Amino acid sequence: MKDNLNISAPVIEAKGLNLVFQTSDGPVHALKDVNLTINKGDFVSFIGPSGCGKTTFLRSIAALEHPTGGTLTVNGMSPDEARRKRAYGYVFQAAGLYPWRTIAGNIKLPLEIMGFSRAEQDERVARVLDLVELAGFGKKFPWQLSGGMQQRASIARALAFDADILLMDEPFGALDEIVRDRLNEEVLKLWARTGKTIGFVTHSIPEAVYLSTKIVVMSPRPGRITDVIDSPLPKERPLDIRDSREFIEIAHRVREGLRAGHADD
Amino acid sequence: MRSILPVVTVVLIIVALWYAAAVRLNAPWVYDQAERAGAPAPGFGQLLGETMDQERPVLPTPHQVVTELVKSTFGMAVSSKRSLVYHGWVTISATLLGFAMGTGLGILLAVGIIHNRAMDLSVMPWAIASQTIPILAIAPMIIVVLNSIGVQGLIPKAIISAFLSFFPVLVGMVKGLRSPDQMQLDLLATYGASKRETFWKLRLPSSMPYLFTSLKVGIAASLVGAIVGELPTGAVAGLGARLLSGSYYGQTVQIWAALFAAALVAAVLVMAVGVIEGRVLRRMGMVR
Ligand SMILES: Nc1ncnc2c1ncn2[C@@H]1O[C@H](COP(=O)(O)OP(=O)(O)O)[C@@H](O)[C@H]1O
Ligand SMILES: [Mg+2]
Repeated sequence: MKDNLNISAPVIEAKGLNLVFQTSDGPVHALKDVNLTINKGDFVSFIGPSGCGKTTFLRSIAALEHPTGGTLTVNGMSPDEARRKRAYGYVFQAAGLYPWRTIAGNIKLPLEIMGFSRAEQDERVARVLDLVELAGFGKKFPWQLSGGMQQRASIARALAFDADILLMDEPFGALDEIVRDRLNEEVLKLWARTGKTIGFVTHSIPEAVYLSTKIVVMSPRPGRITDVIDSPLPKERPLDIRDSREFIEIAHRVREGLRAGHADD
Repeated sequence: MRSILPVVTVVLIIVALWYAAAVRLNAPWVYDQAERAGAPAPGFGQLLGETMDQERPVLPTPHQVVTELVKSTFGMAVSSKRSLVYHGWVTISATLLGFAMGTGLGILLAVGIIHNRAMDLSVMPWAIASQTIPILAIAPMIIVVLNSIGVQGLIPKAIISAFLSFFPVLVGMVKGLRSPDQMQLDLLATYGASKRETFWKLRLPSSMPYLFTSLKVGIAASLVGAIVGELPTGAVAGLGARLLSGSYYGQTVQIWAALFAAALVAAVLVMAVGVIEGRVLRRMGMVR
């Protein structure tokens, strides 16, 4: 019932958001007048050429950067407060697992810091390993796993403390196409099973269209949003949906949006 | 096996050069003796024979050094004042104590430097300045000052040892504790980790490869410190004392044997650190 009451409440809301980095070459306008509302259960992709502020926006949500203007709320709180409430898990482009910890040990890292009991740590590790289909790999060390498996372990680590927002910054950018397809499918499954709100940065148009309920197209100098596309694709998405007409139409619109962003350089 | 050949070749060349140098450097004494005795100048064969086993050669030959080394290591009771094992142990114990003190100090200063901006700006210049002071100049002062407040024996030598060994540990640990990249630090930030947790869970484990590299330099420096610390103590015990008493009495063979003993001790200590390094880093999954 509580969820139903909250359903209209936005999970992430940016209003007139600006972020200017002061650098030795002068100010860099990384985000300019960004307005965006992300609702509970959305799968939002951010796409755009490099330097358009995708990472900066995601980092702002995670309170790793602090906007210089406008407002940004996460679950109705400031990003800093939201962090204290364990509102989100963050997945970086590199898995960044500690080589001196086992996979289970790596997943326990946030749990130890957040003060979960031993028994609860073990129970959660087992659950999230299962969720990313790495059951049985808990005792392995990172070097014993492939790159794709390592990235899945890092997703498990972000899921372990039950944040209801998952922020992923080009999580599969360093992996090859085939592994990427598999992981995309798994992320969708994970999203369906957990109902989390997901923010996902990517460079790939098919990846963005395949995964998202909402596609945010961005363009650089200054970093801004040029188009927000609500996807009409159904929640159930087999890989071959990528050959459907709807899919191709959305992909076309994204491409147009990217091109428009470039035209006024 | 193939790697042994070049090593043996190099050793043989060094030994050959050494013998040649011994003949050359010890020859004046032979000529001198012949002249005093009114005998004709010795031929090459005689020269060769009489430069090999002089009692106080300018440069002892390799076999003299080895013989002295073996005799004073294995041919004496360990408690004898002429046993290299006895003197070696005196030096090693000061080395190890100084090494432990220096390592502890180096790590503490490094932790301070990475957590405290004032220390970051102020400690390093002093640490570098401390290393530009010739150790030979301050070793006697340390000994004398400590002696005047009643501290003598092992401790003053260990302090000189620590003075030399804290520096590589400090430099290595500052680099090691700062080695985690921004992404790693950001990840911990998203968990709301404190500085203390970041230190214990990320910085310290990440610094281990740097620590061990520094420890290998540090333990060799500790040995040098301990030996130098023995020179001004009135030369009672330790490898440094052997060096000093050898030079008082012109016992060049004894000096060289003590030098070789010191080199062997250094090699063994550095190798021991290396073995521990291999084990620890392998267990931590940091070498493969
Ligand atoms: N810490 C920073 N300091 C200065 N400039 C930055 C910093 N982080 C990002 N930028 C600049 O902000 C702009 C947006 O960067 P980013 O968000 O990383 O783009 P994207 O992820 O879309 O490639 C770029 O011009 C980048 O150079
Ligand atoms: Mg980026």
